Amino acid sequence: MEKSRREFLKIAGVSTLSLIVPMISFPTWAKDNLTIPGGEFLTAKRWGMAIDASKCPVGCVDCITACHGAHNVPDIANPRHEVKWIGQEKFASVFPNESHPYLRDSQKQLKLPVLCNQCANPPCVRVCPTKSTFQRQDGIVMMDYHRCIGCRLCMAACPYGARSMNYREPRPFIAKLNPDFPTRTKGVVEKCNFCQERLAIGLKPACVTACKNRALVFGDMENPQSEIRLLIEKHFNLRRRANLGTQPQIYYIV
Amino acid sequence: MKLYNGVKIIAGIVIFVVLITFPFWYGKGKTFPQPAPSLDTPAISQLKDKRCVEETAFMRANHMKLLVTWREASVREGNRHYSATDGRIFEAKLSGTCLKCHSNKQQFCDRCHNYVGAKPNCFSCHIIPGEVK
Repeated sequence: MEKSRREFLKIAGVSTLSLIVPMISFPTWAKDNLTIPGGEFLTAKRWGMAIDASKCPVGCVDCITACHGAHNVPDIANPRHEVKWIGQEKFASVFPNESHPYLRDSQKQLKLPVLCNQCANPPCVRVCPTKSTFQRQDGIVMMDYHRCIGCRLCMAACPYGARSMNYREPRPFIAKLNPDFPTRTKGVVEKCNFCQERLAIGLKPACVTACKNRALVFGDMENPQSEIRLLIEKHFNLRRRANLGTQPQIYYIV
Repeated sequence: MKLYNGVKIIAGIVIFVVLITFPFWYGKGKTFPQPAPSLDTPAISQLKDKRCVEETAFMRANHMKLLVTWREASVREGNRHYSATDGRIFEAKLSGTCLKCHSNKQQFCDRCHNYVGAKPNCFSCHIIPGEVK
């Protein structure tokens, strides 16, 4: 059977269109966006925190106690198994690029609260194979523990070590259970959730309310009139390893 | 045609058939007591209209699906309230809403789950209110 040149071109054109049209009307990047709850999260409000560690009294762990008590975080002494939502590290560990041997002693000794940075561009969300870790419309990087399979890719991806694996059954290590919040189980990863369960009932995060010296300030980064925006506009501040492009939302006033 | 080791083969087939049909003939004629989930809790006895979130028949058949819907809505979408078909609004919480009335997990949840051999893992994380130290 012979086909004229004209007919051949017609068939070729129709086949090409049938491949291109579905891609334009429903592109792959649009499909990917649909999985983020709320959709256009960049234009939405974004929660952030400013930390002025110079206000932290030496040896104070009120924020850690409050957070770990509120979220049933197990207290495991073995450093290989320990679980942390918020902790304390020295300046040189928190800001390795900004520290040098000639820092003043008070700066060297300063212990900074460290927690999940609630990145605007979170690497943990990108690597999670089950979409257990996801980013909410308000910027909170949250975990759905029901879906976590304990693969720990997120722990490898997080440049801040903000995630902990439950290598052991956590319940025996919880001194006092908070009945309003679930525990986790052995084999899931956990991390700070910016107290989304408290925000849902109109309360600020547990660490923020526990701090007597107001060293922690929580607020909306997208609102130019918010307390946190006015504070970080007034004081010089650093973000942990911002050069990695994760856009962390914890601002350290130094 | 000659069947080698016929006695062993036929005996084997008979034993196999007996074992595989065991569940069908073992329970025949016997009556097993139906599980009776208890509704006798202080919170339920105080209710004027003894109605769960939805109708009893729906809850009996679909409580697991309802819980999954609650879970997805509250964790993934941040929507923590469920409006029932009769217009009442509930907090979508397992420990806070379900177990507030059904505070007798062992006499309520476990009776049916044990009977049918279902092992939901809700309570490996979620807290049973009575168990708090």
